[in-house]
Amino acid sequence: MTRWLLPAAVLAVLIALPHGLKSYGIYLLSLWAVYAMAAMGLNLTLGYAGQVSLAQAAFLGIGAYVSALLTVNGVSFWLALPLAGLVCFAVGILLGFPALRVQHHYLAFVTLGFNALVFLVLRNEEWLTGGTYGVEGIPRPSLLGLPTQSPIGFYYLSLGFLVVLSFALYALLRSPWGRAFAALRENPTRAESLGVDIRAYTLLAFAIGSGVGGLAGAFYAPLVEFIDPTPFDLGTSLALLLMVVVGGSGYFAGPFLGAALVMLLPEWLRFSESLYLLLYALLVMVLMATCPSGLLGLWAQARERLSRRRPPPPVLETRT
Amino acid sequence: MAEFVQLLVSGLATGAIYALAAMGFTLLWQTSQTINFAQGEFVMLPAFIMLSAIKLFGLPLYAAFGVSLLVSALLLGFGFKRLLVDPMIRHGVLPLVIATIALGIFLKEGVKLVYGAEALPFPEALPQGIWRFASVSVTVNDIGVLLLVFAMVLALQGFLSRTTTGRAMQAVAQNPDTARILGIDVPRMITYTFLVNAALVSVAALLITPVYLAKFDNGESIGLIAFIAAIVGGFNQIRGALVGGLLIGVIDNLSGAYISAAYREAFPLLLLIAVILFRPQGLLGRAEERRV
Amino acid sequence: MTALLQVEGLARSFGAIKAVDGVSFEVGAGEVVGLIGPNGSGKSTLFNCILGQIGPSAGQVTFEGQQITRRSPLALNRLGIGRTFQMLQVFPRLSVRDNLIVAGQEHEGRLFGRLLAPPDAGLGAAADEMLEQFRLSHVAHQAAGDCSFGQQKLLDIAMAFMTGPRLVLLDEPAGGVNPNMLGDLHALLRRLNADRRTTFVVIEHNMEFVMRLCDRVLVLAQGRILAEGTPEQVRANPAVIEAYLGD
Repeated sequence: MTRWLLPAAVLAVLIALPHGLKSYGIYLLSLWAVYAMAAMGLNLTLGYAGQVSLAQAAFLGIGAYVSALLTVNGVSFWLALPLAGLVCFAVGILLGFPALRVQHHYLAFVTLGFNALVFLVLRNEEWLTGGTYGVEGIPRPSLLGLPTQSPIGFYYLSLGFLVVLSFALYALLRSPWGRAFAALRENPTRAESLGVDIRAYTLLAFAIGSGVGGLAGAFYAPLVEFIDPTPFDLGTSLALLLMVVVGGSGYFAGPFLGAALVMLLPEWLRFSESLYLLLYALLVMVLMATCPSGLLGLWAQARERLSRRRPPPPVLETRT
Repeated sequence: MAEFVQLLVSGLATGAIYALAAMGFTLLWQTSQTINFAQGEFVMLPAFIMLSAIKLFGLPLYAAFGVSLLVSALLLGFGFKRLLVDPMIRHGVLPLVIATIALGIFLKEGVKLVYGAEALPFPEALPQGIWRFASVSVTVNDIGVLLLVFAMVLALQGFLSRTTTGRAMQAVAQNPDTARILGIDVPRMITYTFLVNAALVSVAALLITPVYLAKFDNGESIGLIAFIAAIVGGFNQIRGALVGGLLIGVIDNLSGAYISAAYREAFPLLLLIAVILFRPQGLLGRAEERRV
Repeated sequence: MTALLQVEGLARSFGAIKAVDGVSFEVGAGEVVGLIGPNGSGKSTLFNCILGQIGPSAGQVTFEGQQITRRSPLALNRLGIGRTFQMLQVFPRLSVRDNLIVAGQEHEGRLFGRLLAPPDAGLGAAADEMLEQFRLSHVAHQAAGDCSFGQQKLLDIAMAFMTGPRLVLLDEPAGGVNPNMLGDLHALLRRLNADRRTTFVVIEHNMEFVMRLCDRVLVLAQGRILAEGTPEQVRANPAVIEAYLGD
């Protein structure tokens, strides 16, 4: 039971935190929850199943537009949310097919191209997406009659969903599927010789990761209340990749930590005003050079050195 | 018809400049498995080095270009390899990819800080004027760019296939382990490719900046197109990068004019995806060895 | 004796080199057959052709009377054919026990059923039994990549048995294994053969090991079968001695 102590403590802090913050701080926390969801999806595709994707922002975008367009036209958020996830799941299967033919850097290039194409569609198809004018007046949902107009209300809603999603993904990764994803990542040839259907699992890894990205997007839209194509460009995909890698790719808690760092760093660096992106880029380079396996990878190494024990396997192990 | 030929020639000329950046990109990948996401910024920076040399020392453009060659070799060649690539390459491709993305942001923001966000005029590198053949008119600049780039490609090919150093560099690109056994100084050859890349981006900057003006975020579009050109042509072939660059330049121009201006950027991307899926070794590339 | 595996006229060339040049043999149910030959004689290529890793240029393979030529490794696994690779192939970041479970889980239920299956896919007991048999219980929860070479080798072999295969092709099971452990490995494979009626085809360089283990030995040289017989017959065959000494 001790392994639940830390997550519970973190959750308690996250629940208490907004009470000491102004509305901008609460907005940032909500944004963190949304990015953490999207990064969790990417972590499944990249960290657990080993399939490089530079297109997670495209799914954040598709999810956000599905949710925005439906709710603006009067459809309930609670219907729009699963639809956003399903649409992205389906598109994610399509994006998975290239992965059956090419891997590694080629796969990175294909997904990068896909993200750029989605961006162009969002920008150009004005009849649907409003083009560069975007979609405005996205309503915030209510839950059991409780409205979420206030920043804190919507924050709790996002946090609640993040917790639910975390449990679901945790269960998924503990299931035989999670183990098959890991086998696919570590050695697809061997996995296939053991009867693991690597085609099916590759497509699933993309579809689930993308679907989770879509769910995150469904929360993004009502959080910001106005969307245009800009936040779903390649830059955001790279930022999401950065979150996963900086946190620790293939560690369950990686995306939470990575999202916090990647989002908060620019805020902390704001004191430097015009220098902040410069310092940010510098820090990222230093971080990558010093701990390429991410913060949690660094932590595992440090613990190993301290206790002279091997680190536990990062993939969730099943004990019975 | 006249319009078509004009678009074709100017597309080829822009494409040839992209090809320079694409060749450098390919060289870095071949010898050191570096996917340089900052390649666009590598083209942007030398333009500002040249502008500074002109303003500070009152140098003429071609002397300023010499200065930029030196500074680029030092910063974008030697410095880039020593400070970023060497410490990170053993950790695999992904951390280095992220680091080069960060380097791109760093260069962009650094230039913005020093020179501001305005586009600055840049002197013409080649003679101007228009040649008319019947109803077709082409600019002298475009023809000059094409000739210059072809001369450079020939020189580079000659260097790589005729000189001992060039052949050693090719050996490293094809198989570093065998090259090591043959007694080739592999790290030194890798450094050379970084220097060649620095020279290529300097020339690209000299040729493209008069068109786009000098602006801190020029690298975004140049980088993406160079990158597409490199892959479309064949990631393991220098000739491939040239063909890829020319092809993308032409496709970009023609599709923008004749098919859809709004989706102009989409055609190179579609070509990229199609090539990777159906001919991952690129149009001119050889299939990479597949392991069993 | 009914043949479990039949290989007829199998051939594969790489350019001008005929790596496998018309090989035919049969393996009966319950047999342990050794496949030996000098380096480069085509043993691993033969394995890869039988197991669908590379397509043969000619010939056919039959398993239990069913045509299996050019079937995918996945399909062959589903039919009950297991294998190990020449190079060590475990999943280094999974625990030893999870390596075993993943090796067996895809035979339990259907793809979507497995999503809702218990985390150990109902294979916990089977994995523990296998750990016991291969003396790996004490490292069950270690990451496989952190185990010793010998332990990983045992795990690699154990994984091939998790699906209860009827035929297992082992590529150099004794390669790199500590001489003290060879006896254990021999006993283990013999017991699996006796208890589970598993049929083996074994590529091996360690002559002593292969002669003790196998009922019958095939000698491959330059892509062809040079000799075939009991270990004693093969050992005494002058052509075999010639092939090895001439190598």
